Amino acid sequence: MSASKLLAALCAGVLMVAAPVLRAQTTEVSASMASAMQSPDALVQKVSNDVLEAVKADKAMQAGDVKKLNALIETKVLPYVNFQRMTSAAVGRYWRQATPEQQASLEQEFRTMLLRTYTGALSQVRDQTVQIKPSRAVQDGDEVIVRTEVRGKGDPIQLDYRLERSPTTGWKIYDVNVLGVWLVENYRNSFAQEITASGIDGLINKLAQRNKTAAART
Amino acid sequence: MNRSGLHGVTRSLTFAAVALTLLLQGCATTSHASAPVPQDPFESWNRGVFAFNEGLDANVIKPVATGYVYVLPRFVRTGVTNFFANFNDLWSGVNSVLQGKLGNAGSDGMRVVTNTTVGIAGLFDVATGWGIKKYPEDFGQTLGVWGFESGPYVVWPILGGSSVRDSFGLPLDIAATPGFWVDDTGWSIAIASLQIVNKRADLLKASDILDDAVLDKYTFVRDAHLQRRRSLVYDGSPPDVK
Repeated sequence: MSASKLLAALCAGVLMVAAPVLRAQTTEVSASMASAMQSPDALVQKVSNDVLEAVKADKAMQAGDVKKLNALIETKVLPYVNFQRMTSAAVGRYWRQATPEQQASLEQEFRTMLLRTYTGALSQVRDQTVQIKPSRAVQDGDEVIVRTEVRGKGDPIQLDYRLERSPTTGWKIYDVNVLGVWLVENYRNSFAQEITASGIDGLINKLAQRNKTAAART
Repeated sequence: MNRSGLHGVTRSLTFAAVALTLLLQGCATTSHASAPVPQDPFESWNRGVFAFNEGLDANVIKPVATGYVYVLPRFVRTGVTNFFANFNDLWSGVNSVLQGKLGNAGSDGMRVVTNTTVGIAGLFDVATGWGIKKYPEDFGQTLGVWGFESGPYVVWPILGGSSVRDSFGLPLDIAATPGFWVDDTGWSIAIASLQIVNKRADLLKASDILDDAVLDKYTFVRDAHLQRRRSLVYDGSPPDVK
């Protein structure tokens, strides 16, 4: 093979590998740019609709196919959630006492547990729609509460979100309210109780154990 | 009000009063399972009753509810849910009036009229389809709107988690269910049991999700309950707790 052909083949090879990476990065950038420009209401409505439509159209997901549900959440939901803030808020005053490794473990385990709960709830979706409720609260700079209602066959379910805006990544969810119960506040007592009884490592172990038993069951 | 109905209300109120008295005596010797939480001075009692309720649920109620779902087609169970919800709408309407929320009371009243007539004794929830909104209220919420603080968390056998304030409303809430007004004890228990089993059946999937999401089920359920009650008193928009 001549040098120029080799060079061309090499370039083609590099481009083939690089293209999907570049595409992913461009998508990430454009997603965050898009989310930075979108209002938090529009963002929540879009994410909710995307997720609900996807589940409604897929029988496997409705039957509880964990892999497909996780893939859906990974692409449609995770980019818009700030798990670090969620975890640090739930751990509360003990967060500062935790080492960076402990903080990373806490975030990892809490995230796994929350995603599993969310997946379970999603697999129940049949004909629900999400309506954004007009917000009476004034947007307080970089933090806002978006109120929605999940409507289906039964009573409408209140579902609110707390979002924060960062200049680089746009609006991200850091707390969720179902039927009047804010998630972060509800876990705070549970976490504090566990940390008082067995320390931060005890909490990490308990979360990890809970995640392991649940994963083994599916 | 017929004589057995009045007797029933008196009985329930007496039970509540006696139970509360025992509770308050018991709390003098309470030891805490963990660091005392401000809203849970009765934690030992509560955990004990919670464990009893969990046992009752795991051994009796959940299996019955699971069988109930297996045996009865969905539309039948929906009819049962709607039937009991219709009485709940009536009671919500009464409480909305007591809270001065006349618009909400009107809506709940319309729901009852529509569902009882067009919806054939409440079996079909026609009102929701017609856009007539539901505003769930109970007497505990009414007491909250009237200015009574919720007070500490209290767990009752079978009835589950409540608060000191809401417990005063429980006997009245029970009186607002259809089983209460049936003279025959056997039928009364049967109807009340149907209501419990049907409700449990509606919550089967949710309870499975819950079990995977908690570290300490008692703590999680308690905190969720207290948050939710506070939110309900303010109809979904409680002021921030700083």
